[in-house]
Amino acid sequence: MSAQGTDIDAGAALPKSPRDIVPLLLPLALAAVAFPFIPSSSTWLTLTIAGLAMGMMIFVMASGLTLIFGLMDVLNFGHGAFIAIGAYVATLVLIPLAGWMQADSIWLNLAAVVPAVVLAMGATALLGLAFERVLIVPVYGQHLKQILITMGGMIVAEQLIYALFGPQQIALPLPASLRGSFLIGEAAIEKYRVIAVLVGLMVFAAMLLILNRSKIGLLIRAGVENTEMVEALGYRITRLFVGVFMAGSALAGLGGVMWGLYREQVNAAMGAELMVLVFIVVIIGGLGSVTGCFIGALLVALATNYGGFLVPKLALITDIALMVAVLLWRPRGLYPVTSR
Amino acid sequence: MTALLSLANVETHIAQYHILHGVDLVVPEGKTTMLLGRNGAGKTTTLRTIMGLWRASRGEITLGGARIETLATPDIARAGIGYVPETMAVFSDLTVKENLILAAREGAMDQTRLDWIFGFFPPLKKFWLSRAGTLSGGQKQMLSFARAFIEERKLLLIDEPTKGLAPAIIGALIDCLAEVKRRGATILLVEQNFRVAQAIGDLVGVMDNGRVVHSGTMADLAADAALQHKLLGLSLDTHQ
Repeated sequence: MSAQGTDIDAGAALPKSPRDIVPLLLPLALAAVAFPFIPSSSTWLTLTIAGLAMGMMIFVMASGLTLIFGLMDVLNFGHGAFIAIGAYVATLVLIPLAGWMQADSIWLNLAAVVPAVVLAMGATALLGLAFERVLIVPVYGQHLKQILITMGGMIVAEQLIYALFGPQQIALPLPASLRGSFLIGEAAIEKYRVIAVLVGLMVFAAMLLILNRSKIGLLIRAGVENTEMVEALGYRITRLFVGVFMAGSALAGLGGVMWGLYREQVNAAMGAELMVLVFIVVIIGGLGSVTGCFIGALLVALATNYGGFLVPKLALITDIALMVAVLLWRPRGLYPVTSR
Repeated sequence: MTALLSLANVETHIAQYHILHGVDLVVPEGKTTMLLGRNGAGKTTTLRTIMGLWRASRGEITLGGARIETLATPDIARAGIGYVPETMAVFSDLTVKENLILAAREGAMDQTRLDWIFGFFPPLKKFWLSRAGTLSGGQKQMLSFARAFIEERKLLLIDEPTKGLAPAIIGALIDCLAEVKRRGATILLVEQNFRVAQAIGDLVGVMDNGRVVHSGTMADLAADAALQHKLLGLSLDTHQ
């Protein structure tokens, strides 16, 4: 006998899984709310594009951290080290290629930037592997020890950078073809910001594609929710942990390169400084959620830009105020995934 | 009867707590063995220890003659064990389809087997592309069953499948288990509902205080009210 005809079919009355689109609309709402307070539409456009670019860079840095926490339940305060190391590796590659960087040919610019990005991501991925195997493995499931040891790891990395490169800022000039602006009406939109938005969107699209369309992605999403059951289905989650940690570290490295080029300089403390923003974004987005992280990064960056322009004295607390407001509304963030 | 799974003097500690105190249990091939006992007797811990989710601190667990107590959980699962936990543990952020894609470890899902599952659990077909988190408790249990049945397994470990479910759903689950049995599956099933246990069990092990205190046939236990009362602290009449 099958179950047909019994009241188990009552499930037909269940609501379809609703798409929670309210958080997706928040960046648009924030931009719309800011519009009347900003004196000219060109200024608003410039601030908005700057906010989007900054948001994308923060997203690239933070997306790996949210996956690492969601899947591995690891509070990695050392994530900032990979941001700084990525930026320094790219700087090391680009300094001898300064001629290509400043050439008017986009191909020579690309011939310098692409290897720098690839090497920065590769180096941070390998360092991530070592970091996970040596520092994280002994403290799985122990949050306090994770905080201490990963924070220690970041301090060591930062001090090593000081020892190797000195305390001074090192210039990381933009390639010639990315200098200058596009003019839209009276608004000047920096080329590099547009590139940063495009790279951020590509990373987001790639992550969504992998997470939603591949078995690895399914395993990561399932593992974020219940690592034990993934193992009970026969999958070795430890290998997945290592892979995700390496990918997250590589993304931090990419974010570091993007940020370094954006500021046109790198310094040893940049990782630690950015970690505050990165943690705020991960918390606002909901631990383990890539989409939440994306929305959170846009919100933080737009609020920073609008807030800094309108009320400069309040700029320092804009991010914290935003986090408090979001958590009062949704205590587990915009799109919480993990139940930890 | 050939033993597919056997536990010999298995002990399990969880932190400072000593939960299993030497479990001896044999699960013969092709039979359904019920694991009964009061709350806290150690039934769920026994299943979790077999799966390697909690480590046996002592004793031997063999599956098809091979020792598995030191293997990691994924290797135990790959040795041929399907597990339906008490909590169902469906991946609520994944769709019904995605849950089953993960369960079908060996590759693409077999359509014939899927149709067979849909025959028992039509809501899984209806909500194929819905997120598992939106399913009702009964439908989640169906999905949890389907994950264990989507590929052939040597042994099925099922933990309290009827807990908190409506009678109609329990009926569907019993029908499904009966069919799985007819196909020759070996099942170790923890169940509190004695009527369900009686309906599908061939053999029974009764646990108390971290040990198996009685082993025998289900028919013998069902026929002996005094033994039930002694072992389970219940009478069949009051539990029906």
